[in-house]
Amino acid sequence: MIELVSETRCIACNLCVPACPVNVFEAVPDSPPRIARQADCQTCFMCELYCPVDALYVSPNADGLDGVSEEALEASGLLGGYRKAVGWSKGSEQARATDQSFRVLGKY
Amino acid sequence: MGSFDSNLESVVYSGSCEYDADVLIIGGGPAGTWAAVNAAAHGARVVLADKGYCGTSGAAAPSGNGVWFIPPEPALREEAMASREQLGGYLADRGWMSRVLDQTWFNIHQLDQWGYPFPSDDQGQRRRGSLQGPEYMRLMRKRVKQAGVRILDHSPALELLVDEAGAVAGAAGVSRQKGERWLVRAGAVVIATGGCAFLSRALGCNVLTGDGYLMAAEVGAELSSMEFSSAYGISPEFSSVTKTAFYRYATFLREDGSVIEGASGHNRSKIAKTLIDGKVFAVLDQADESLHASLRLAQPNFFLPFDRLGIDPFRQRFPVTMRLEGTVRGTGGLRIVNDTCATSVAGLYAAGDAATRELICGGFTGGGSHNAAWAMSSGYWAGSGAADYARQQGKTGSERKLRHAGGATLRPAGNTSHEVDAGAQVRAVQAEVFPYQHNYFRTADTLNESLTRLDAQWRQLRSSRATDLASSIIAREAAAMTATARWMYRSALARTETRGMHKREDFPGIDTSQHHLLTSGGLDDVWVSTRPATTPVPQAKTEELAA
Repeated sequence: MIELVSETRCIACNLCVPACPVNVFEAVPDSPPRIARQADCQTCFMCELYCPVDALYVSPNADGLDGVSEEALEASGLLGGYRKAVGWSKGSEQARATDQSFRVLGKY
Repeated sequence: MGSFDSNLESVVYSGSCEYDADVLIIGGGPAGTWAAVNAAAHGARVVLADKGYCGTSGAAAPSGNGVWFIPPEPALREEAMASREQLGGYLADRGWMSRVLDQTWFNIHQLDQWGYPFPSDDQGQRRRGSLQGPEYMRLMRKRVKQAGVRILDHSPALELLVDEAGAVAGAAGVSRQKGERWLVRAGAVVIATGGCAFLSRALGCNVLTGDGYLMAAEVGAELSSMEFSSAYGISPEFSSVTKTAFYRYATFLREDGSVIEGASGHNRSKIAKTLIDGKVFAVLDQADESLHASLRLAQPNFFLPFDRLGIDPFRQRFPVTMRLEGTVRGTGGLRIVNDTCATSVAGLYAAGDAATRELICGGFTGGGSHNAAWAMSSGYWAGSGAADYARQQGKTGSERKLRHAGGATLRPAGNTSHEVDAGAQVRAVQAEVFPYQHNYFRTADTLNESLTRLDAQWRQLRSSRATDLASSIIAREAAAMTATARWMYRSALARTETRGMHKREDFPGIDTSQHHLLTSGGLDDVWVSTRPATTPVPQAKTEELAA
């Protein structure tokens, strides 16, 4: 579930507020958005892809909270890792066209 | 409280944002976006309302999506059509399979022209059989906007509108981030709301609660193949990532480390049986080391949970579970009556997982490529079908006298009504459809017991009402899930055999006399009837099945 909106990274662009398909976030004037409905999070990781500054972290635990620390996430390099893997962050664009499904799943 | 003039209507329904359109699309996943693009291409003014955000909503957006994309060479097409026919219990239709393969071939090339970044192989050939969900749906949103379609994000539809003749003429719902109501008058409506996964947290599936089935059934639409609704996706126990393709490389183990013989991504019965009273572990140790990097590049999201928890899934065992995907990967849905994906109700069309996929999958799962092909094909046809219908009618909703068609939790039946406890109702439905011993392995006894409780729950929902905008959304979801479970289990009770994904413990074999399709419908009184399958079983196979 969504566990972190990094106050140090967030630029309050509020792109995550509409992008979350289950309406987890709520915009707060002049501040980072609030995780207003955490229990509704479906752990689809889409918000991370739409965050331009990698300020969000979705823990892989779909049914409960892990209790993450921003310092530990920064140190581990996990913030922004998914966006990079799909080629949506600066410098990772080549990953957009590296789908290897044809090799491993026998697709045309 | 039964009339449309009740207080409730004025509280929840007169639209504070109103639009006129030729075609209203409900749902903005692959099916809805293809429908919107093609309806606009046919000259329609289009509004698309998504419960979440068109571009991230639904099962496709967060996933790697294999596509049933087969070159138009007769031998390859024949092989592709034959491959799932037996698994599907010979209930699919060759004519529909063929036209879906043709349409999918066309649409995928369209995506290529629109700039989808398909990869190339070592020979420099474009490989177009897989779509990365985030990329695909971001592109589809862009094309929908370029087509001049008005997108209403975070705008769940709660009910359809019908004219005096009973034809569908729009919908009403809630704009949840604005705290407002919306209402769209339209010449035709396309239901593209996806299947129903009962809020199981299967990947991307929590917006898929059967809302479209409920709205459609309230105007008299029929469903089909709802017994094929027992699809479960394998995921790590802690995770939402129900992407099952890579479990072809897995060894499944009991807690004590012993191998569960015969268990595989394709044979989940052994896994489900073991999970009933124990734990199951998996390790992807059948994947050759040389494949590891390619696997990561094929489905980055599959590896997210492992990477974040520091698990090496190729070497370390991890606990797995099976999350219900219901009719998302099952094949039940709204019945399609012609090539334009019309339903049995005038002005109402269905596409994607909201529609039955029996036409191309029979009783076997549409997961792993067929559903993706179906979504883009049926969406395309429903969009043009709805646009043509609206034009032929010659008038939009604004010239007609309309009635709100929503019942349960919106307009309580009877004289008394109570406030709905939607959370409790959701948990009660989940208790009937999640357990493997109820839904995966079915018997007349367990189905009847569930139906007794579900029917009572429906009666309760029918006489209850939501008190505000926010609670009306979850209340309608609870009603939709309850109705869906009742169509599923009534249909499951009627099919006294094991065919496709539908497994009856009390009827373990296929019964050749039941080579038919099940239609279902109704709300207060759920009904099921049979109609003949369109494709005959090949003679050689008849003998094999009988033996």
